[in-house]
Amino acid sequence: MKRFIIKEFLHIFRDIRSMVILFGMPVAQVLLFGFAISNEVRDVHVAIVDPSHDVITNAIVQKMFASGYFLPGGELSSSSEIEESFRQGKNKMVVVFSNDFATRFQRGEKPSVQLIADASDPNTANLLVSYAGNIIQNYSRQLIIAPNVPVVNPETRMLYNPALKSVYMFVPGIITVLLMLVSAMMTSISIAREKELGTMEVLLVSPLKPFHIVAGKVMPYVLLSFINALSILALSYTVFGVPVNGSLLLLLAESILFILLALSLGIFISTISNNQQTAMMLSMFALMLPTILLSGFIFPVENMPLPLQIFSTLMPPRWFIIIVKSIMLKGTGIAYFWKETLILIVMTIVFIVASVKKFKIRLS
Amino acid sequence: MTTTELADRPVIMAENLVKRFGSFVANDHLNFNVEKGEIFGFLGANGAGKTTAIRILCGLSKPTSGKIMVAGYDVYTQTEKIKKHIGYMSQRFSLYEDLTIAENFRFYGGIYEMRPQNIKQVTAEMLSKLEISNLANTIIASLPLGIRQKLAFSVAIMHRPEIVFLDEPTGGVDPITRRQFWEMIYEAAASGITVFVTTHYMDEAEYCDRVSIMVDGRIEALDTPANLRKTYNAAGMNEVFLMLARKAKNTD
Amino acid sequence: MRIIFYIVQKEFLQVFRNRMMLPIIFVIPIVQLLILSFAVTFEIKNINLYISDGDHSVASRRLTEHFRSSPFYRITGEGSTASGLDLVQKGKVHQIIEILPGFGKKLETGLPADILIVNDAINGSAAALMNAYTLQIVNEYNAGIVASFNDIQQPAATVNWSFWFNPQLDYKTYMVPGILVLLVTIIGMFLAGMNVVREKEIGTIEQINVTPIRKYQFIAGKLIPFWIIALFELAVGLIVAKFAFHIPILGNIFLIFLIASVYLLVVMSIGLFLSTVTNTQQQSMFLAWFILVIFILMSGLFTPVESMPRWARTVNVVNPIAYFIAMIRMIMLKGSGFQNIANSLAILSGYGVAILSLAVWRYRKTT
Repeated sequence: MKRFIIKEFLHIFRDIRSMVILFGMPVAQVLLFGFAISNEVRDVHVAIVDPSHDVITNAIVQKMFASGYFLPGGELSSSSEIEESFRQGKNKMVVVFSNDFATRFQRGEKPSVQLIADASDPNTANLLVSYAGNIIQNYSRQLIIAPNVPVVNPETRMLYNPALKSVYMFVPGIITVLLMLVSAMMTSISIAREKELGTMEVLLVSPLKPFHIVAGKVMPYVLLSFINALSILALSYTVFGVPVNGSLLLLLAESILFILLALSLGIFISTISNNQQTAMMLSMFALMLPTILLSGFIFPVENMPLPLQIFSTLMPPRWFIIIVKSIMLKGTGIAYFWKETLILIVMTIVFIVASVKKFKIRLS
Repeated sequence: MTTTELADRPVIMAENLVKRFGSFVANDHLNFNVEKGEIFGFLGANGAGKTTAIRILCGLSKPTSGKIMVAGYDVYTQTEKIKKHIGYMSQRFSLYEDLTIAENFRFYGGIYEMRPQNIKQVTAEMLSKLEISNLANTIIASLPLGIRQKLAFSVAIMHRPEIVFLDEPTGGVDPITRRQFWEMIYEAAASGITVFVTTHYMDEAEYCDRVSIMVDGRIEALDTPANLRKTYNAAGMNEVFLMLARKAKNTD
Repeated sequence: MRIIFYIVQKEFLQVFRNRMMLPIIFVIPIVQLLILSFAVTFEIKNINLYISDGDHSVASRRLTEHFRSSPFYRITGEGSTASGLDLVQKGKVHQIIEILPGFGKKLETGLPADILIVNDAINGSAAALMNAYTLQIVNEYNAGIVASFNDIQQPAATVNWSFWFNPQLDYKTYMVPGILVLLVTIIGMFLAGMNVVREKEIGTIEQINVTPIRKYQFIAGKLIPFWIIALFELAVGLIVAKFAFHIPILGNIFLIFLIASVYLLVVMSIGLFLSTVTNTQQQSMFLAWFILVIFILMSGLFTPVESMPRWARTVNVVNPIAYFIAMIRMIMLKGSGFQNIANSLAILSGYGVAILSLAVWRYRKTT
């Protein structure tokens, strides 16, 4: 039995290509999320329609382009050109000043500034309009001749993630996806492979018990995912300062639980696939994609329509991400997520039982 | 380069064939010729270098050195031409398990640019010879190994190649099926197809016109089975082989 | 080219005969499309707000009222800042507004007064949005103060905004075309590439290599079936998009298919190339997955391309997904025409030819 496990280990570690990818992928993801991916508005091209080109409009335009959010996207001579400008794809917003702006402004006629946003990306459009609107409002208020007008001064504080680094939100998700990938997907493919190449039967007639075979197959992956998860944590901490505010031990314990769950999922999938391709596609579509999209990794679950929220309760990653975020970013103890932990335990038991049943059926 | 008439020249000519994998020499200066219509047996233990050599002859891999001509073409520069004139039955899987018999025939026939009518005809003939015409639309995976092997052989010769290469074609079947398989080989040879077969079953050597015995990458003997038995004073090819293999270092 | 036909025929037979593959290729992607399009949204449905009002003045209550009457905000609690923070820990509250004692007095005496907005910023972009909304409401409140403070008309600008192409700011409109691209890509990159590796792994590829078949014939025969399947999926996906999600298709559908065809060529060639440098299906899948994830993250599917730093946008030059996503959104949502995308299409085509040639060159019949 020991020899079998060692053989499996060697087999995997000799596969240098897969190793490189296995470790390189989360690293690349962390780096990408840390350095490249964000929802922030930056360097967005904005075009201007400004018939009067006066002191005020020029000042407003200058303020906008000095803000760091916007880049000049050219001048349009009239509103009729806006659609084509958007069609070309470069400009995401057009600012349209009404004519004789300064004159009308001074006279108190409240000239309008139209912010026309390309809302094919609604999130950016919202932010663009918000930021631009704020800039314009602030500027026009500066021109008000009434120095002692009392206004409310809002001060903002961002908890857990003061610099609004998107990497904070994503690292827990990256770890989850990685564990799912290695422990579930790879395991299912590895077992399906033995089936496909016919070597499974050889194993089954050997003195090894089925439990031993399966355990031997998955053990290396457990170790791999563990090491990988640790390296992700280390990387995000050292490069981006993503903290583990809570107990590291608790985090590792919960990770082991999740790994077990992912393993049983992977084994279950392998029992219902007859070859690798099937196992892969099944893992991909039934595990990976939902994990990435429905678990709260990128998109918050609470903003999804109700049926999907209900569906996501069936997904182990959803609960695990909550736990990880709580421990890492909020620094809370198990009192705050005992419910989620319990759910994971129940799911693990369910899937282990299911896989064992299926495996026995396959054998007979 | 002109191709010489097959009637004058051997269909396979190998002169000092060497194949190295790093420092390991799989084929060590092999010299042999195969005549048209011959059943040439390429014997040796597992790991002796048979599959390596056969793959070179089929154009699946390039030799390290040596002059080798197959069907009058050079294996270094004319591999694609060689492939037009040969058939091959691989050691592992030759037929697609998820396709039917008829679909497999149609596929390979089409690859060899046989006309659809011709493909249908040849398929019908071969199936009736094997007495399984009713199984034309059966999925390969559901057929027993013996039939699969015979079918693989049929597919390998369906386009009437000049040479057919068989790599361990009779592994894993009972002696009766093996005997039947060899009858098919006889028939093919009688119709003018040269058969180059590798095997580690020494008794099959008796079925060949000439055999070569490889030990550790070298050809230690090359002659007709009768002559070999005389030379080594042996009752059967098994003994001949054992005597030669005594020197072997590379068996499993 | 009959030979290519024979290979295509065999491939189709194998795909359709595989019991499990059929639903995976045809049913699951569509189901995914349906489900995921509802899931992927960055919009904030509502903000769970906690008010910590230490002042209890007319002014502070009026401020609170502004939030209470906004449909966006749900006031889930009022009390001390400490209990508010605890609720944030528990994940029950998104934002706390803290009004200190003396707030009303200050405003009355003509001085500016501070409030503190505390956001749960684990989700950085959501926090930014929440904050922006709250600032807007404060702005409105301030505008009211200004108006009531002075009798004379103050000069001011009116800011209006309109959202084109997607006036409801429906996130699905943004995401569905992208998810379509994702699904088509998975089929193109994975299935096509893995298919070749599968023959390698099982051993049937030897039987192919020993025939006189030409490299390009074999490759064409392997790719064409999945190319067709992927385009078919795209068609079904577009139908679902149009009728289930009411995503506009303002531009020319044939243009979309033209781009898709070229795009598939690129993606499949990449998958194919990967299959020539790997020996097992597992390796090939892994490598493809690796590249796919990176490309997808950078493609603008989830987050805008413009938000990325310059070096990342440069890398995107070799990211086919970025091209397709940008083009499909432009055509579907804005009605962009051929001249708007001609440049990108040309680059994509060149890319496709280059990668395909590379893959064909790398594929060796003789090792």
